Amino acid sequence: MMRVLERLLGHRDRYSSGEVAKERLRLVLAHDRADISPKLLATLKDEIVAVISRHVAIDADSVQVNISQSARETRLVADIPLSTKRGRHKS
Amino acid sequence: MAARVITVTSGKGGVGKTTMVANLGVALAVRGQRVVVIDADVGLRNLDVMLGLENRIVYDLVDVIEGRCRLRQALVHDKRLSELFLLPAAQTRDKSAVQPDDMVRVCQGLREEHDFVLIDSPAGIEQGFRYAVAPADEILIVTNPEVSAVRDADRVIGLIEAEEQGPGRLILNRVDTERVRRGEMLDIPDVVGLLAIDLIGIVPEDKDILVAANQGQPLAFSGDSSGACRAFHNIARRLLGEDVPFLPLQEPGVLERLFRFVRSGGD
Repeated sequence: MMRVLERLLGHRDRYSSGEVAKERLRLVLAHDRADISPKLLATLKDEIVAVISRHVAIDADSVQVNISQSARETRLVADIPLSTKRGRHKS
Repeated sequence: MAARVITVTSGKGGVGKTTMVANLGVALAVRGQRVVVIDADVGLRNLDVMLGLENRIVYDLVDVIEGRCRLRQALVHDKRLSELFLLPAAQTRDKSAVQPDDMVRVCQGLREEHDFVLIDSPAGIEQGFRYAVAPADEILIVTNPEVSAVRDADRVIGLIEAEEQGPGRLILNRVDTERVRRGEMLDIPDVVGLLAIDLIGIVPEDKDILVAANQGQPLAFSGDSSGACRAFHNIARRLLGEDVPFLPLQEPGVLERLFRFVRSGGD
């Protein structure tokens, strides 16, 4: 009801198409600037996981590899949680 | 004094480059600047019709480059202003007729006797874009608040930076305030934030633009103190170094107007 009212009064909807456009644009620009396709990103992730797993135990399912954007600077950010199983002595 | 060569480009077509060049040319010439506008869209010339000068063309850019006439002979004087000239594109040739060096040479020949040389770049990022930006001292990137236009603008900014001619300044064209307010359009700070370059102009959507194009009489002539005309003049003033605040495009919403009404005691 509130949203209907807000929309009637011309207030900005949080999930408006303008917001959708912004989010889509943010992603597209990050990929364009880095020249890295989602497929290449997936390949990078798999290979990073493989290399690191050879040396340390990691939680492969939670690994995230993304392109991050600040102003006109683009970077590849990998978040790799170490596996916690070893230290816990759980049966 | 040497002219400033400014290229107006966009990547995507149809965002308003030619309209922008015609209007900025007029707005600068109205302020007493000696201006040449160059139509660099060889094969698809349109700046002549925007300015209403299509019947006065004798020679064109390619004639100058290939030595069939002198540079001065190809300039079409816009008689409505004492110092506005058009260097038209060739219509029956294609972009392979012009090399980046040719444009540098042509602009060199114009620098001495003018204050501004504005180049209307073709859309795209190929040869036409390359030769249009080659002689530029400054680059203006025109975009619309749409995903495709902003994406192409970003690509162009990247190319300009790679050539160390960047980053250029941004003109956000055809902003529909009402749709922005309803959240149906990318907001100005969003676009500027994503592209991360300086903004030099915000031009509102204006139905008079079409009328002006129909008549070959750029809107900047009208002296209208609102809408797109005012925005074009503001950009010209900023190019001349004036510190002009951006127009408050955001119309107050219904609630805000109501609050103001109540607070002002209902008068």
